Amino acid sequence: MAEEMRVVLRNYGKIDPLKIEDYINAGGYQALEKARSMSQTDVIEEVRKSGLRGRGGAGFNAGQKWNFAFQAQADQKYVICNADEGEPGTYKDRTIMQGDPHSVLEGMAICGYAIGASKGYIYCRGEYPYVVDLLNQAIDQAREKGVLGDFDIEVRMGAGAYVCGEETALIESIEGHRGEPRFKPPYPPVSGLWGKPTIVNNVETLASVPVILEKGGDWYAGLGAASYPGTKVLTLTGDVVNKTVIEVPTNTTICEVIYDFGGGIAGGKAFKAVQIGGTSGAFIPESLLDTQIDFDSMSAAGASLGSGAVLVMDETRDIVDVVCRIAKFFEHESCGKCAPCREGTMRLHKLMNKLNAGEGSAADIALLNKLGRVMSVACLCGLGQAAPSPVLTTIKHFQPDYNAKLQ
Amino acid sequence: MANVIIDGIQVSVPDGSTILKAAQVAGVHIPTLCYHPDQAVKANCRICVCEVEGQRLLQAACSQPVWDGMEIKTHSPRVLEARKTILELILAHHPQDCLNCIRNQNCELQDLANEYAIRDNPFEQMVRGLPQDRSTPSIVRDPDKCILCRRCIEACSVFQSVDALGLENRGCQAMVVPSLGKDLLDSPCVMCGQCIHACPVGAIAENEQIDEFLAAVNDPDKIVVTQIAPAVRAAIGEEVGLKTGAMDMNVFVAGLRQVGFDYVLHTNFTADLTILEEGNELLQRLKEGGKLPMFTSCSPGWINFCETYYPDLLDNLSTCKSPQQMFGALVKTYWAEKMGVDPSKIYSVSIMPCTAKKFEASRPEMNDSGYRDVDLVLTTREVGRLFRMAGIDFSRLAPSNFDSWMGAYTGAAVIFGATGGVMEAALRTVYEVVTGKTLEDVNFTFARGMEGIKEAEIDLDGTVVKVAIGHGLANARKLMEQVRAGESPYHFIEIMACPGGCIGGGGQPITKSNAKRAERIQAIYEEDAGLPLRKSHDNPEVKAIYADFLTEPLGDKSHELLHTHYTPKNKKFL
Repeated sequence: MAEEMRVVLRNYGKIDPLKIEDYINAGGYQALEKARSMSQTDVIEEVRKSGLRGRGGAGFNAGQKWNFAFQAQADQKYVICNADEGEPGTYKDRTIMQGDPHSVLEGMAICGYAIGASKGYIYCRGEYPYVVDLLNQAIDQAREKGVLGDFDIEVRMGAGAYVCGEETALIESIEGHRGEPRFKPPYPPVSGLWGKPTIVNNVETLASVPVILEKGGDWYAGLGAASYPGTKVLTLTGDVVNKTVIEVPTNTTICEVIYDFGGGIAGGKAFKAVQIGGTSGAFIPESLLDTQIDFDSMSAAGASLGSGAVLVMDETRDIVDVVCRIAKFFEHESCGKCAPCREGTMRLHKLMNKLNAGEGSAADIALLNKLGRVMSVACLCGLGQAAPSPVLTTIKHFQPDYNAKLQ
Repeated sequence: MANVIIDGIQVSVPDGSTILKAAQVAGVHIPTLCYHPDQAVKANCRICVCEVEGQRLLQAACSQPVWDGMEIKTHSPRVLEARKTILELILAHHPQDCLNCIRNQNCELQDLANEYAIRDNPFEQMVRGLPQDRSTPSIVRDPDKCILCRRCIEACSVFQSVDALGLENRGCQAMVVPSLGKDLLDSPCVMCGQCIHACPVGAIAENEQIDEFLAAVNDPDKIVVTQIAPAVRAAIGEEVGLKTGAMDMNVFVAGLRQVGFDYVLHTNFTADLTILEEGNELLQRLKEGGKLPMFTSCSPGWINFCETYYPDLLDNLSTCKSPQQMFGALVKTYWAEKMGVDPSKIYSVSIMPCTAKKFEASRPEMNDSGYRDVDLVLTTREVGRLFRMAGIDFSRLAPSNFDSWMGAYTGAAVIFGATGGVMEAALRTVYEVVTGKTLEDVNFTFARGMEGIKEAEIDLDGTVVKVAIGHGLANARKLMEQVRAGESPYHFIEIMACPGGCIGGGGQPITKSNAKRAERIQAIYEEDAGLPLRKSHDNPEVKAIYADFLTEPLGDKSHELLHTHYTPKNKKFL
């Protein structure tokens, strides 16, 4: 039986998040102190060596990313914590921030030291006003204690746009513009917030940093899967017995997640599908349940780990109907900047609606396939590129469900 | 330098070049839609996507820099599928009324639909059914046709700093809308029409008034008289298949007679007259301590801009009407008298490179002749359509002269059409008026060219006059901010609302890049250099009008007919 491994959630439920003393007594802010006794390049090397990859979904090596920003010459650099946790079914960042806000602040301060930034922003999801309050209290305490030194952190609140979780749209939003992604390159570590080198890291990524500094990169690199080491915080939702949040090593399989931690399918029903990584995640059939959850294994299976949301569906679920609702979500959340996403998400929804209403044809399925294929390679940002994934993977793995609804 | 292979062709391009630039070097055509050569890269239409060896994602050629060793395929099956699908998506949300569209056969989307052989669109046709915006007399917006490329927004905000256009809503509900207002008239729009040139499709266009012209020509009680603005000749050839600048002025006149004008006169005449009035106004302000710097007032988009954004500086504007409106006031008074015709029968049509002129002619104060001074304004593009409608073969048309009394002009008037031209023309006259000497070299070359702000100190026999020239309203704004801060070192400033001056006006043939503006500027200076008279005060008909009618510059009659006043726009949100 697989077991949880709490690295990011090491203090979860053990300390009072609103008492900085609790965090300090648990060893908090010692990693920052240690980092400051090291050279900037040594800190970056430690993080690089740990193999820590971005926990927001893109999976880029954090130390390498930091190094780009460190190398960039600028009078000002920024650290942004992406806390715009907008993926439906995902609440891992909220859990981390609510349980242990200082671990995030400490991670940001370590990053700030490493790249040479004195200012950080936490861009927090607009639907989490209570988390904003909590973060502000934590920042005030840290300032009072002086633990952050000359590194300052400001919390900015999103206004509800899903796309602002995309790092450049997030940056545009902080700058006061429409929340729309920029084309890349240039990437934020070279030209980000107000054109300055900027590191945007996810909450979970930053919360992993202090422990890496404390125990060393080699220790972290030895956890979980070799190419995507460490742990992953997952949120289990849907037709699973235990709807809960867990932290597991990255070599855990999907099957273990659902059956060992999730307790299996609720109500004694049979498994139908699981969608991992949020709303844009692939639908995974039973045949792929032995896949490890690490980034590369998931990619190889045509899926993605994404945010770590695990939505389990039992045999009674109408896959076409679920995907139709997802398509509606993306039509609503497309920012409208690039043509294939602006028009494509609307068409995906229209076609799915038609199929779901029993009015579709095989030609509509073929058109969905073509449209999805084009969007996934031609859209400007990850939203449009990933939006067709539920459609494409369900057409691939659950063809009978579609056929049953054909005219 | 980076060595890249595009469709098997090896080229070496500077580091940081985009795929699009590299493809141009390689002689490979990559289609674009949101790309504009004078604007920032947007990468939002995704039409230019290409396949890069080793990359899962297709890359937008307009934004993706090349690296050494990059291998690019610009028309692989994956690329063609993506481009065709994106075009189908855009077209399915775009009205299919190309036959009736003002941009028919001059539309980037239509060209792409043709290039990519879009036949049966698999996506259901859905048009939004949004109302057209006909709130201004100058510009019509048809939001149903908008493809969200955002080039108009950039033209308005970056070139012009007017910010009359913005975005509303998101996803497939996203729309370009007038900023902070319900329609264009409510917005800070100055009606310069630069958005029209930026638009790849027919979503923004001039308020077309061809039918009003045809009705007037058909009316036996109307004497249809026209004036042609200086910048029109340089560009009108582009509308009828000639090269830029290739239309001969007198063949142009003959063509206008063919489409039904009873008399063909020239705005150049009142351009020369403007120099006499404005030059003397400047000298008076310098002598009597009037408000300085004095700004030129020929460009109606610029006047709208001032009234909207700088109502506190309206006294700095020359009180001279624009040449169009001077002409309008005189054609129904002086010219009617000279010709012995009833001014109430005169239907005064101006041919302008400008959309803002349509608004200017409709200003309530522009009726000093006792009638509406200018009855109708046609843009260069509309006149091009009239020519095509009439089936005129310009290669076989015998040249024709302008009609009398308001048709003579000098090279100084011709150059009004280019940025810096009014300044140069003014200096040619002011120099001789102040010094009493003959100006041997009339070429003030500092005033020429596409640089955003040009400046000089001119020594008029001991009197030093500091002058500046700005074109494009973003440059005007810089000069105005200096004035507002009390830091402007200048005495006299020429402003033209449109980049390049009137040759780049909102009514000119659709202008896809500043390179075309520069070509037209060259045509203007060539025309000036070829004329026998190049100083406004040498114009014989200008001499005649002062002798017979106006008596003197800035005299009573001038003030009555040739000068005006300005009114703050008081836009509710500014």
